[in-house]
Amino acid sequence: MKLKTKDNGWNPYFAGALVGLLAIASVYASVVLLDKSNFIGASTTFVRAAGFAEQVVVPERVAANEYFAKTRISVDWQFMLVLGIFFGALISSLTDKSFKLEGIPPIWRERFGSSLGLRAIGAFAGGIVAMVGARLADGCPSGHGLSGMMQLSISAFVALFMFFAVGIVVARLIYKRRLL
Amino acid sequence: MTTQLWLGLVTGILLGFLMQKGRVIRFEKQVGALLLIDMTVFKFMLSAILVGSVGIYALAGLDIISLSHKPMNMGAILVGGALFGAGWAIMGFCPGTSMGAVGEGRYNALFAIAGMVAGAALHAELYPFFKKTVLAWKDFGKIGLPETLGLSPWIVIPVIWVAVIGLFYFFEKKGL
Repeated sequence: MKLKTKDNGWNPYFAGALVGLLAIASVYASVVLLDKSNFIGASTTFVRAAGFAEQVVVPERVAANEYFAKTRISVDWQFMLVLGIFFGALISSLTDKSFKLEGIPPIWRERFGSSLGLRAIGAFAGGIVAMVGARLADGCPSGHGLSGMMQLSISAFVALFMFFAVGIVVARLIYKRRLL
Repeated sequence: MTTQLWLGLVTGILLGFLMQKGRVIRFEKQVGALLLIDMTVFKFMLSAILVGSVGIYALAGLDIISLSHKPMNMGAILVGGALFGAGWAIMGFCPGTSMGAVGEGRYNALFAIAGMVAGAALHAELYPFFKKTVLAWKDFGKIGLPETLGLSPWIVIPVIWVAVIGLFYFFEKKGL
């Protein structure tokens, strides 16, 4: 087994194991420094971002909304974590020269051609559906897939199964135009 | 900035760095996993889960941290999980990795992020409806696998390790 992959990345078993250690250190640090057990997640931050955006245009709608009230629209630990992911990936990709401006991923191009508009519509529409799903399920591949699985939560096993089972079927239908 | 915000930022930077080094952020790897042609995302996630579960259960066993299971609400998990899977396949990013994808220059993730913010707003509007329907079907509450099976986590975790390492062996043997 090689320590570097063909695309000059780190061995995924090794990088993944380090994320496991980070998740442990992260919840430990949050208990010591903040006196609460914080587990890594990402999708709640999109609710807060939507709340902030709506507050600019229709503040009374945000104030009256039950889900926004429940989530509390503020910049919190997870919000900064999601921002941090941007900076971490930026630092890593610039220092190992894997940073690349890309509007249309190759698999997408092969199936749908090189229209950036079409890719934008696909990414936007997919984003809407995925986030409604993630908020209904109360988590995404970070909250359920990593944190929930590490805690052996039943909800995480079922959610992750659904993410991948439906994702695999839909990806085959879209990119290969067949089910099997 | 408060300690809370600094801690979140530092954790996020380290996470983004490791996910980028593992090359799991980009569309090709995410959709590649869903098309079962590139196992990188599976290798990365499962390795994190194996290592993380030992530490998390050790800390919880010592009463240093408390576990926080998300509720096993049937409608929420089945319908929400299915919607997420479908949207994920089209978008090719997930909420956490989308920010990282922008960080490594894959700027089409910006459209995905905009879509996800719109989706979050839509969900907030639909929440009263979901609460009366999908979310009201059946809620098993915040349950974990060990207590559901009536087994110690120190039996469940080694079994998962053996199963996942078997899967890794299969990936490597097949050159996936």
